[in-house]
Amino acid sequence: MPEWSQAHAQLPLIFERSRAGRRASQPPAPEQADLSALLGAENLRQAPPRLPEVSELDLVRHYTQLAHRQMSIDANIYPLGSCTMKYNPKVNEEAAKLFQDLHPYQAEETVQGALQLLFELQGDLATITGMDAVSLQPAAGAHGELAGILMIRAYHRARGEGEQRRIVLVPDGAHGTNPATAAMAGYAVVEVPTGPDGEVDLAALKARLTPEVAAVMLTNPNTLGLFERRIVEIAAAAHAVGAQLYYDGANLNAIVGRARPGDMGFDVVHLNLHKTFTTPHGGGGPGTGPVGVKAHLREFLPVPVVAKDGERYYLDEDVPNTIGRMRSFYGNFGNLVRAYTYIRALGREGLREVSGYAVLNANYLRMRFKELGFTVPFDRVNMHEFVAQPPAGLRTLDIAKAQLDHGMHPATVYFPLIVKEALMVEPTETESLESLDAYVETLAEILERAAADPAYLRGAPYSTPVRRLDEVRAARQPVLRYAFEG
Amino acid sequence: MRYIPHTREDVERALAKVGAPSIDALFADLPQALQDPDIQVPTGMDEAGLLAHLRALAAKNRPEGPNFLGGGARRHFTPSVTAHLAMQSEFVTAYTPYQPEVAQGILQATFEYQTIMSELTGLPVSNASMYDGASAVAEGVLLAMRQTGRDRVLVSRGVHPETRAVIATYLAALDLELELLDLDPYTTPTPGVTDDVACVVAQQPNYLGYVEDMPALTGAAHASGALLVAAVDPLSLAVLAPPGEYGADIAAGDGQTLGNPLNFGGPAFGFMVVGEELIRQFPGRLVGETVDVDGKRAFVLTLQAREQHIRRSKAKSNICSNHQLTAIMAAINVAALGPAGLRDLAVGSVANAHKLADALTAAGFAPRVEARFFNEFVLSVGQPPAKLRSALARSGVHAGVAAPAEYGFGDAIILSATESTSAADIAALVTALVACGEGRALEVRNA
Repeated sequence: MPEWSQAHAQLPLIFERSRAGRRASQPPAPEQADLSALLGAENLRQAPPRLPEVSELDLVRHYTQLAHRQMSIDANIYPLGSCTMKYNPKVNEEAAKLFQDLHPYQAEETVQGALQLLFELQGDLATITGMDAVSLQPAAGAHGELAGILMIRAYHRARGEGEQRRIVLVPDGAHGTNPATAAMAGYAVVEVPTGPDGEVDLAALKARLTPEVAAVMLTNPNTLGLFERRIVEIAAAAHAVGAQLYYDGANLNAIVGRARPGDMGFDVVHLNLHKTFTTPHGGGGPGTGPVGVKAHLREFLPVPVVAKDGERYYLDEDVPNTIGRMRSFYGNFGNLVRAYTYIRALGREGLREVSGYAVLNANYLRMRFKELGFTVPFDRVNMHEFVAQPPAGLRTLDIAKAQLDHGMHPATVYFPLIVKEALMVEPTETESLESLDAYVETLAEILERAAADPAYLRGAPYSTPVRRLDEVRAARQPVLRYAFEG
Repeated sequence: MRYIPHTREDVERALAKVGAPSIDALFADLPQALQDPDIQVPTGMDEAGLLAHLRALAAKNRPEGPNFLGGGARRHFTPSVTAHLAMQSEFVTAYTPYQPEVAQGILQATFEYQTIMSELTGLPVSNASMYDGASAVAEGVLLAMRQTGRDRVLVSRGVHPETRAVIATYLAALDLELELLDLDPYTTPTPGVTDDVACVVAQQPNYLGYVEDMPALTGAAHASGALLVAAVDPLSLAVLAPPGEYGADIAAGDGQTLGNPLNFGGPAFGFMVVGEELIRQFPGRLVGETVDVDGKRAFVLTLQAREQHIRRSKAKSNICSNHQLTAIMAAINVAALGPAGLRDLAVGSVANAHKLADALTAAGFAPRVEARFFNEFVLSVGQPPAKLRSALARSGVHAGVAAPAEYGFGDAIILSATESTSAADIAALVTALVACGEGRALEVRNA
């Protein structure tokens, strides 16, 4: 098992490298202060925290070695469906540094450049999604979902229908955040089944569309990577009973520049800037989840939004029926700078190419997966991703683990829940065909070897820094922090 | 084609494999009427032009100059090594560690982060991070409500106004409102707590900078079975009693002061640390230690049955992405500083804030120093804070987080100092205050 060659020795924890008295930095030496007198002896800490004491080189070695135990887009193909692991341009990082020393409470006239950037980004995201107004505040996609559903809730209440509308409809293939968000906003969640063509079952949806429905949450293209062709009819049906249509923007990268949720009839969208607009995922965040709305929901946007008065940009807290604040300050500004940089680098034509090549790559890979003997349950031209099932007798988990030995990240596994043994594959537009070919050839080798030696797959991975983990033990006997000796 | 590797031959080869005549043909499922909308985004820029544009925008900002701004974000000394290590490609461009065999870097770094936050707060269980301080405290309130089965929430007015606003947003989703505990006039008097209260929320040091009697607030909450949610500045915990020492059930807050860039307010990260009895109701990701098939120590996301991707509408929160990278950056920074360095920053901040107050007093101003403060305090001024902030900015000094009218101090600002505040900075502030007319206000007051 050759390619994923990493250090196999167990890496100590930073606490295990610690030696009393070592330091990795020299902060300004404080003046002597009588803390008991200034703060009150009773308010002072009794036992000092046990924090690492290491030299600067120890620190560098530790975190460099940790980095070497981590797959990443910059080193590995990473085709996680729905997660959009595309290349994160380095110029975005340079751009973010230009603004990183601004304090959020500086006087407005000293942050005009930052406010102008936010104002222009609000406009860019509005025109890209076909919405009338945007708030950049939410800190992640799920946070944007919550903001969106709370706006819908406020809208119904303002119309005197708050009591009546207690239900949010969510497809059975939806991201888990959709039902969790609706529940967090106090709604009962009712699932809508997927039809035989992999799209929302329109008859079933219509049967569930009653005056009690507050919102329908949809991802389009959906989590099978298929465009919901009846979207205009779905929107009309939802609106006919007074429900609002919510767009989960996780898959916007499939259609960006070519079609807009606003034109399809969606009333609210959230965007995951770390997906479509290349801000880094950072091992799980920070994400960024702006929300866009049609004009009738503008009055409910979370505050603040950035406004312009003549030549002056300012933070507008005065949104008449705002749902309030979702977090402190103005959103994940550093990521907003990165997304702005990306949009302005590509421009209108470049954005259209993003979706075009994302879809081309995904369809190319779907054909190649079929050649290998994978089943594609809803087999038609897909959008940015497709869902496949392994050849008979093989488990998705085992194949995924075997891929790790080759320095290749597997697809998203066991999602969506409506497909057994699902692998959800999203190559993105930034992978070359050679890279996709190599991915497929490696899969072919794995399948071949599995046919000759069934035990091999069950044992994979073999060459990774650690091998399959005892996850049951982790959950039954939780060890959630380092236990210092003695 | 920026960031897209395909040659013309590649496109032809891919289209042939798919059996489509063109890329556009792959979008046939999109209704024709929806296709190719008029998107008003400028034409793309090459890298040199793009950077020139961004630098021109950045030049309209003025981050430099003496800085006395706090209010939940501060500019502390950060060793150079912190950003270098945190911003390594492998951390920056990884996804959530769903394949633990190839994600031990993020997982171990997060386990170490959880340990550091546990040590700082004196509570046993930290999650892997939240979005920011305000939403972390709001999630702490929801956690207390789930745990107690009660729905009244008492929040000190000393809690940051934006944090209170976020709590209000989250509670409004459940048709609930928070109830305020007033200050008297700098800190929160011990409240009466009835047995229908889920939690008392207090901030240490509070928004105005003063030191609350957290043991008394905790005692009042516990006496009737309510939980205490402590909103804390993690850097202050190098010096101040940690929430675990006074019996708080939930510690939450914003981690920016542990060495994240200011970033005009984000991203930094939120944290939440709790007692073991709260684990099953805990929101957010948790990293646990286990072993692999060879018996080697390894780390993995655990107790996921609380989370949205498993439990969907029954999850403890809808949180998915957290703020992992900025949390790891904080852990690296704490390790770079060590316990002595972290303490130096906290002590230096306290010492300089008191020097600042003394200098203002000596210059004839009236900083409100009757109550104990950490590194921020209130200064009464003779003009509306918004006007003064602008005037100070014109003098090249960043100062004047408003102390809103709700605190009853009239026109007043909150000043903040850190270990990096110099004597020259303090002199510049005093000069600027006088230049902005505060000297005259002083004369009027003293006349």
